[in-house]
Amino acid sequence: MSAITRGEVAHLARLARLALDDDELDHYAAQLDVILQSVARVTEVAADDIPPTSHPVPLVNVYRDDEVRPSLAQSEALAAAPAVEDGRFRVPRILDEE
Amino acid sequence: MSPAADLVRQSAAVLAEAIAAGEVSSREVTQAHLERIVDVDDRVHAFLHVDAQGALEAADAVDRARAAGDALGPLAGVPIAVKDVLATRGMPTTCGSRILEGWQPPYDATVVERLRGAGIVILGKTNMDEFAMGSSTEHSAYGPTHNPWDLTRIPGGSGGGSAAAVASFESPLAIGTDTGGSIRQPAAVTGTVGVKPTYGGVSRYGLVALASSLDQAGPCTRTVMDAALLHSVIGGHDPRDSTSIPEPMPDVVAAAQRADVRGMRIGLVRELSGEGYQAGVLQRFTEAVAILEDLGAEVVEVSCPHFDYALGAYYLILPSECSSNLARFDGMRYGLRAGDNGDRSVEEVMSLTREAGFGAEVKRRIMLGTYALSSGYYDAYYGQAQKVRTLIQRDFAAAFDQVDVLISPTAPTTAFRLGEKVDDPLAMYLNDVATIPVNLAGNCALSLPVGLAPEDGLPVGLQVMAPALADDRLYLVGAALEGALRDRWGHLLIEEAPAL
Repeated sequence: MSAITRGEVAHLARLARLALDDDELDHYAAQLDVILQSVARVTEVAADDIPPTSHPVPLVNVYRDDEVRPSLAQSEALAAAPAVEDGRFRVPRILDEE
Repeated sequence: MSPAADLVRQSAAVLAEAIAAGEVSSREVTQAHLERIVDVDDRVHAFLHVDAQGALEAADAVDRARAAGDALGPLAGVPIAVKDVLATRGMPTTCGSRILEGWQPPYDATVVERLRGAGIVILGKTNMDEFAMGSSTEHSAYGPTHNPWDLTRIPGGSGGGSAAAVASFESPLAIGTDTGGSIRQPAAVTGTVGVKPTYGGVSRYGLVALASSLDQAGPCTRTVMDAALLHSVIGGHDPRDSTSIPEPMPDVVAAAQRADVRGMRIGLVRELSGEGYQAGVLQRFTEAVAILEDLGAEVVEVSCPHFDYALGAYYLILPSECSSNLARFDGMRYGLRAGDNGDRSVEEVMSLTREAGFGAEVKRRIMLGTYALSSGYYDAYYGQAQKVRTLIQRDFAAAFDQVDVLISPTAPTTAFRLGEKVDDPLAMYLNDVATIPVNLAGNCALSLPVGLAPEDGLPVGLQVMAPALADDRLYLVGAALEGALRDRWGHLLIEEAPAL
């Protein structure tokens, strides 16, 4: 596998919503590269005919009855919010200003 | 039973019996442990939050129930410490992270609800590596926990706070969580007992997720019987967790009482020994194997060839799942929000919040996971790791065709020094080399102390691994070995820990 570049780390940080500073970009570029080279060994044994396992317990389609149950009161749901307005979560602007 | 100094050194089983018999009140037991925390936790730092008032109120409720003649559960009135990754209503839950500093969940995790229902007294919340990522507690945003055997050394991680609380006699019981060894490795390096139950055996509802397909809560104790008693309180089906197994759990308490390995076949895993393992760890492990043979078990060597690839698969699967799970920390509904000056967009505020709220290891794993899941790399990394997971399950299945349980050292070394590996992620990851296969396969394991390594005088742990839903076998073997060692030493290993 090719070395991971500083530009790729910056791209990953954008995808992951992490505002990394310049020092962190350099630091992580080197570290991620070492880690990925080490873990890439998995490709040595993962042949085409082996099915993947995503989960250890083979439970599928676990349903519950569709019934109304008690839930948090609005005040409880909002109690830990960083910002509240008119009984709702107040968030920064979501759309770009045109 | 008193004075207070004696109360804190008793097992949970002994305390529960004394409380039920009216020889001591839950308030006295709880008060003794709260005093012990005041005396030693400035040096150990096992706790992030102590709820003295809440604990005493819960203790009084048990004492009142007893006085009224109500039937008490098997651990009623006994104190416990809970890892700060489980939601506790009205009590801070930080996951060792700045991003959740001061957050008080509006609900209890199922495990916490069951503890309260059983009359177990919650003393507070224990320190951990941030979001359970680490093997030393050095990645806690609130400073590390110190190993009670040597305060300059790590207590293991991520559940180092829970293990240290139990090892320093601050609490007879604790709850940990184990994603790749976070109950078992701290147990090994602190001379205590830790159990990773079968995946799906203990509800994950209210457990803040690191890697959803690997996480499992379980007991941290000083004796195997205490672990069994606690396991039976927290285990069993929970309809609020869709991965919870809807089957009865095995009788782990009966197994711990039987403590018998006669006629059992025990497999030594060839790949979890030798190179990379400290000499004193292997020496104590080998001695314990001889004891198991003396007790009537048949010990054979087995090979699990794909275990050599488990660490690589784990460090692709875990970051992938954690990068998804931790996306919820966006600074909008709860927790920290940074940089919201009225001008910035929601994306900018999220990025600034996560940059300010997450520590270095969390960011490292989020980016690793984002990379492993990104377009063009998914098949090469995450997809391949999932295939290795299948191979490891097959290795276990083949081994359990031949033997009833597998054993290995729990961790390759004894407790290392604080600071020794904190800047070298790969060296830190290697601590989990023997514990990870069990999480990938979803089966169960227990670690118990088997002596001190001659070269450094620090505790060594032995790991017992059993098939999924055969958790009782862990306790059969663990209790038998513990009993034989106790006969040999005349006491539990933890009683040799230095007075703090």
